Formats: sequence, structure tokens, C-alpha cells
Amino acid sequence: MALTTANSPSVRASQGTGASAKRRRPRRGPQREGLAGYIFLSPWLIGLMGITAIPMLLSLYLSFTNYDVLSPLGEAEWVGLANYKRMFTSDPSYWRSVTVTVSFALIAVPLKLAAALGVALLLNKAWRGVGLFRGLFYLPSLIGGSVALAIVWVNMFNREGAFNGFLAIFGIEGKPWVNDPSWALETLMVLAIWQFGAPMVIFLAGLKQVPTELYEAASVDGAGRFRQFMSVTLPMLSPVIFFNLVLETINGFQGFTAAFVLSDGTGGPVDSTLMYTLNLYLKGWREYEMGYASAMAWVFLLAIGIITAVFFSTGRFWVHYSDGDDR
Amino acid sequence: MVASTPAASRRRSGLGRGVVRTAILLLILAVVLYPLIWMVGTSFKGQTEIVSNTGVLPGDFTPGNYTDGWNHFDVSFSRFFLNSAMVALLTVIGNAASCLVAAYAFARLRFPLRGFWFAVMIGTLLLPQHVLTIPQYILFKQFGWVGGEWPYIPLLVPQFLATEAFFVFLMVQFMRGIPRELDEAAKIDGASPFGIFRYVMLPLSRPALVTTAIFSFIWTWNEFFRQLVYLSDLSDYTIPVAMTLFIDSTGQSAIGPMFAMSVLSLLPVFLFFVAFQRLLVEGINTSGLKG
Repeated sequence: MALTTANSPSVRASQGTGASAKRRRPRRGPQREGLAGYIFLSPWLIGLMGITAIPMLLSLYLSFTNYDVLSPLGEAEWVGLANYKRMFTSDPSYWRSVTVTVSFALIAVPLKLAAALGVALLLNKAWRGVGLFRGLFYLPSLIGGSVALAIVWVNMFNREGAFNGFLAIFGIEGKPWVNDPSWALETLMVLAIWQFGAPMVIFLAGLKQVPTELYEAASVDGAGRFRQFMSVTLPMLSPVIFFNLVLETINGFQGFTAAFVLSDGTGGPVDSTLMYTLNLYLKGWREYEMGYASAMAWVFLLAIGIITAVFFSTGRFWVHYSDGDDR
Repeated sequence: MVASTPAASRRRSGLGRGVVRTAILLLILAVVLYPLIWMVGTSFKGQTEIVSNTGVLPGDFTPGNYTDGWNHFDVSFSRFFLNSAMVALLTVIGNAASCLVAAYAFARLRFPLRGFWFAVMIGTLLLPQHVLTIPQYILFKQFGWVGGEWPYIPLLVPQFLATEAFFVFLMVQFMRGIPRELDEAAKIDGASPFGIFRYVMLPLSRPALVTTAIFSFIWTWNEFFRQLVYLSDLSDYTIPVAMTLFIDSTGQSAIGPMFAMSVLSLLPVFLFFVAFQRLLVEGINTSGLKG
């Protein structure tokens, strides 16, 4: 055998490699890559199933029970739609928290994004010191979500706080804003707007991606600065605006820490800072009504899903993607 | 290069505008930074002054707030700092490693159902953290992880399974910007998907990894809700949970120490940012523009 094949080695070898290469190439491509894909994906997949999907289904089931966390899971009693019915018909704190959350997001998010875009436009041109400015504007976003800063913020808008010190310059006598039910939430909105640096950085990155040729072409065509902003900057930036809008809205709905700190975990004064997530926490972990809290969580999820879907379906009309896939 | 003359003339006419712009920026910056400066100033104010002096500068310099605050509770803040640092560092490792491999799969490999899984991943990006925490809490309680021997398990397990979809998404976006020619070249040289990951994507993804590390450190350092829910023993408390004890306990007397601890607890984030900001900006500049 060995001898006979050795007789015509060159022909055999070339035939062999040619044939096997032809056969191997398609196998090596998609199939091996598919396997590798799932190997690389496996931590995420395990997390998706074990930490996200299955527990969520469990909580969907529990939302139809009176589960109280303290007793074993098996003792949770099926109560049908009672939790949902209670939420929509007989729990005023629930509607209070919906109102608080929606008004918070409706006011704070647009103002925050406007501030972010405005400052980003001011910072866009490269000049000395721009990096320092960018960093300092960004700083609040890094620390603004912390308990420590919320504590400072609450004191700043308290009777002896810096804000009243500022008002005193103009002879205005302030008040403890954080203890006033009609102002407490506003101080939290200001805290959110104060953190405009994060969307600003994303806007700046987006502005960098706008090809300068477009501005040059526009100015050759006689477009002024405002026209350039409307016809070049905004459309080119629309994916980034969209991204920021979705992200900030969802974040806005989830404000918890500052409201917790301001009200010492109660949602006060007079439920004026009872953000949805804070209400969720109170129901689940203070009153041990985990079944009810699960129902609240699912409704929250549904609401966020609907809002996001609305964003995406309207985004089709105003978000302009310049790169790649649809070429 | 072609348009250098019109650009130069535009710049010249914009000189006055530049001064106005700088003035506006400085004004905004003063407003933005004032709360932080006030925080630092107030942390040095004496007890009576906190009520009477709303300004920045302490009349009666009281550094004792810092030692008072540090030992204000039965467990000192050194313990809380260590706990927070441990949770944050382990989270950084978990997020960076698990999100990078997932992102590579999404960005570069073709496998069945990729589009579907990617859509699911984007979907989880929109899952509110609080909504997720409820089922996870229930599950981890069944496992005996809540208030268990080592109470940080429920805080860390999700971080090692790429559940922080934001980072996966960030890295996918970044990797899509890496020229495909590099993979193709490596593939022609006989590299497997693992080789391409190790020798092409991993080194080139360094800026995205740094970004992920910075954000996960800072977010975890500041994160409150899950730490509040999972940590119940004082000696296990992280800084944010410990800080809430000040709110519970304050009469006016503890405001100085409370501010001092606020300053100290924000300091690592501040230093972290100062140290890594350049790297971050460089990463965006070098990798974002030209391949």
C-alpha cells in the first residue's frame, strides 16, 4: 500500500490537498464559527436564562399570589388577578407613584437632554482647555447617582442650604424646599438635570463623527451656521439623540436613590417623592408583599416596553442612519 | 487640506464668538461645580455654623468632622470602604470578561439565531434594574444566598454572567468599528475564531475594556438599591448603605460628620476619573477615527 501510493506522490498529493481543501472550506466556515459563537455566548446565555428569564417567569407567577418573602415559596396562595385589581382600583399610593414618576421624567429628561446638547455644541470645536471643561461637566454624572451626593443635595435645598444662601443675595427668603410637598420633587429634577454630562459626552462623540466635508459642502452651498445645524448636525446626530432619549427616559423612570435619601425611604413629604421604584421597594421589602410588588414590577416593565416601542416606531421617521447595513 | 483657507477665515471671524462662548461655559461650570465646592466647605464647618453659615468657606475650620464621621457607627468606615472596594473590583472583573466574550460573538461570529439573541440582548438593555431585582431576590433567597455566609454572592453572580447588557452593547458597537479586514487577514493566515479573539479583537478592544472597567467600578461604587436589599448586617454594609444610617440618625449634630463621609466616599470616584480620563479620551480618539 505504502509503496503503491509512493509511486506517484506528486499527483496524489496535489489531488489530495485540492479535494480536501474544497471539502473542508465550507465545513470550517459557518459550522465551526457557529459552535464558537455559542461558546463565546454561553456566559451571557446562562445569565439570560438563569438570572433573567426564569426568575422573571417566577415573579410573573408570584404576581398572581400573595407571596410574602418570609414564608416558603410553596405556601404562596394563588389569588388570581387580585394584585392587579388592587393596583388599579384600590391603592391610591400606586397612582400617586405613577403620577410622581411620569411628571419627573416628562420634565427632567427633556431639560437634561437640552442642556447636554447645548453644552456639547459649545464644546465641540477643539480649543485649549476643552478637555478640562468636558471632564468637569461630566463629573456630576459620575457621582450624582450616589447616596453621598443625594445627602448633600437634600441639605443644599434645606432651610440652611446653599440654595437659600444664594436666594438671600437677592433678598429672597427661602424655605426648606425638600420638606415642601410642592417643591421636593423639583429639587430631585434639578439633581437629574445637573447630571447632563453623561448624555453630553455621547453627543460630543456623535458630533465628532459628523464628516467635516458635509459642513464644507454646506458652506460652499451658502448655508449659514443655523442652517448647517438644522440640515447637517441634527440629522447626522439623530441616532445619538434617539439613543440618549431612550436611555434617559428609561433612567428617569427608575430614579430611586435620591428619592429614598430625601424622604428617608418613605416617599414623603406627603408622598410627593414616591417614585415608582421606591413604592416597589416599600411594598416588597418593608411591607413584605412580594406578590404585589411582583405585579407592580410587571406592570412597570410593560409600561417601559410600550414607551420604548413608541420611541422606536416614531424613530423610523426622524432617525437618520448614515452607515453600513442598509447600503 | 483642500478647504484650509475658508476654514481659517471662518476661525478668524469667530474669535469674538470664542470669548463669549468661553464666558458662557465658565458661568455654567460655576453653577455645576458649586454644589461640590459647597459640600467640601461644609464638611469642615463646626456644628453651630452648619445652621448659620450657608456659604462655602467655614469660619471655624473643623477637620474633626472627618474622624467623628469615620467612627460614627459601631463599625468604622474602614470596613465599609473595604466592602465597597471588594464588590466594585470583583464587578469590574466580571463585567469586563463576560461582556467582552459575548460582544465578540455578537459583533463578529455568524451562528444560528444570532439576530434573535441580539434582539433579546437589546431587550434586556431596557429591563429596569428594580424589576429584575425582585425575581432575582426571590430566586437567590431560595438558594440561601440572601443573608448567607458571604452576602455578596447575589450582588456578584449576575456580573459574571454578562447581565449588564449596556456593556455588551457598548463593546459590540466598538468592535463593529474595528476594520473587518483585520479579521479577514487573520482568517486567511489560518486563525480560528478563538485566535482572532485572542490576537485581534482582545488587544484592539482595550479602549472599550477600559471604558467598561471605569463605568462598572463607578456605577457599582455608587449603586444603592441592590446593596440595600441584599446587605443586612452592619459589618457587611457597603458605603452607600452605611451612609443611610446618617439619615436615620441625624439630628443636626451629625451633619458635619455626614458631609465629611460624603466627601470621602466620593473621593475614589473622583480620583478614578482623574486618573483614567486621559486614557478614555485617547481611546476614543485613536480607535474611533482611523483604522
